[in-house]
Amino acid sequence: MRTLWRCIRMQNRVFWRTPVAAFFTLVFPILMLVLFTAIFGNDAFDTVYGRVKSSQFYTPGLAVFAAASSTYTGIGINLASRRELGILKRVRGTPLQPWAYLGGVVLSAVWIAALGVVAMVVLGVAAYGVNIEAAKVPAMIVTFVVGSASFAALGLALSSVARSVAMAVPTANATLLPLAFISNIFVPFGTETPAWLDLLGNVFPLKHFGLAFGEAMNPLSDAPAFEWHRLGVLLIWLAVGAAVAAWKFSWEPPVISGRASRRRRRPVPA
Amino acid sequence: MSPAVAVRDLVKDYSAVRAVDGVSFEVERGEVFALLGPNGAGKSTIVEILEGHRTRTAGTALVLDTDPSSAGASFRDRIGIVLQSSGIDPELTAREAIDYYGAAYSRRVPTGELIELVELDEKADARISTLSGGQQRRIDMALGLVGDPDVVFLDEPTTGFDPAARRRGWELVERLASEQRAVLLTTHYLDEAEHLADRVAVLAKGRIVAEGTPAELRARAGSALIRFAVPDRAEPVSDLLAPVSGLIVGRGRHVEITTDTPTADLAQITGWAAERGFELEGLTVTTPSLEDVYLSLVADDGGDEAGALDDGDSRT
Repeated sequence: MRTLWRCIRMQNRVFWRTPVAAFFTLVFPILMLVLFTAIFGNDAFDTVYGRVKSSQFYTPGLAVFAAASSTYTGIGINLASRRELGILKRVRGTPLQPWAYLGGVVLSAVWIAALGVVAMVVLGVAAYGVNIEAAKVPAMIVTFVVGSASFAALGLALSSVARSVAMAVPTANATLLPLAFISNIFVPFGTETPAWLDLLGNVFPLKHFGLAFGEAMNPLSDAPAFEWHRLGVLLIWLAVGAAVAAWKFSWEPPVISGRASRRRRRPVPA
Repeated sequence: MSPAVAVRDLVKDYSAVRAVDGVSFEVERGEVFALLGPNGAGKSTIVEILEGHRTRTAGTALVLDTDPSSAGASFRDRIGIVLQSSGIDPELTAREAIDYYGAAYSRRVPTGELIELVELDEKADARISTLSGGQQRRIDMALGLVGDPDVVFLDEPTTGFDPAARRRGWELVERLASEQRAVLLTTHYLDEAEHLADRVAVLAKGRIVAEGTPAELRARAGSALIRFAVPDRAEPVSDLLAPVSGLIVGRGRHVEITTDTPTADLAQITGWAAERGFELEGLTVTTPSLEDVYLSLVADDGGDEAGALDDGDSRT
């Protein structure tokens, strides 16, 4: 356990020393909330439960997006870069347990994801009149844990399939960003998504993550607001991600056009 | 006590390519053993099999009486690896990296002691990404030694060092052997092998083509190297070469004789040619270096009769 804790702390330190990563995982989703409410408005409308603002529905979607990008994109790119630098290979040559190292990578990403979600919700409550009900907080937490675990497994799978940074970055963006559009996250509140896109979105985990988390923040839902069938879909994706990672994960640096290492060039032997 | 490293008939195939082809050697505690050879000779493959990074195709490989391919953390606790291709987290400082990786070992050398050992004192708290290649290589060295290993694998440890740093690196390796560790070194620098190694194995195309102490290898070179070409119309030269004492390598018309008795051999050769009225083209006598031996051993000329020969074997 102490080893795992040390690995989490090390990964955390690496994260905070990479400002680009910190910006994209934490600042970018918050910026989106600011822009959404600025562009699409934060209109209030009356319901039987009282007045509700549209940010009440943007906030959970973007919180989930922050969590997914911290875990899926973050783990995928982090491991691809550690592999490319030969760090994963180094780890395999030490008595450090592989599960502890990977556990450190995953749990540090989940911790960052939690910070992103909390920051988003706090901003929503403080600046945009979002309401949180204590009775539904357990559902928020459970949904966050299950969703983050699922996207973390998918991040491990991503780094197993897209083994270099040059592959992992575009693959992560080309999967997560379009998914955000068909998962009711990057769309103004009340937009009607075409039926086929709606169906397509149902296949993938992001929409279920967003809707399950949204349900726990929805003033119209009844506490405790657990969306078990959506959590079930997330668990299926967790299993898929873990299976792909178990099958394809490699500790060896990829061979990149004749270079064994990015850091060192071999001189021609005299 | 059994040797720290024991390799017998080791074979490694990469799909159609045989990278290591029946290699055998042993490394004792307190000994520096060097695998010397050009890129692609199979040095790194052998070392990575012994470290447990790769699996072998055939043969046996034992490190500390353990099969590395199935060994666990307790095995890796006893070995130290300085690889060419393994990086260090660039976001950390040298001190943080040594602390982090060091904590996994049961017998760990204090961080401060290691930083002093590899002379990184003033750079110990700088981000690794800001350090030069040579400085990063020294952290590699520190990370390889942090677990107080019984066997140390050094894969081209001084590549990228300036000459002064190289000397200090050599001192460090000598110190490791004096502390009764087994050191397996790969290098393509002859002077490094000659300076550091108690024994050297020269690898070419996955095979050991020569093995011995640097002195033995040099002795193999003889005290002189006679080179000449026989004329096209010359009769078979077997009667010429039969009485010659040295090691003979023939390449078409070109003949190289490595010998400890250059005067006698030269008299034989020139007498034979003068008798027949031949002029021996390009006749020279030189003192061979270890480099000559090495180059002749790893020669990759694809010629029908050329290449590396074993002691006493002669072809013309």
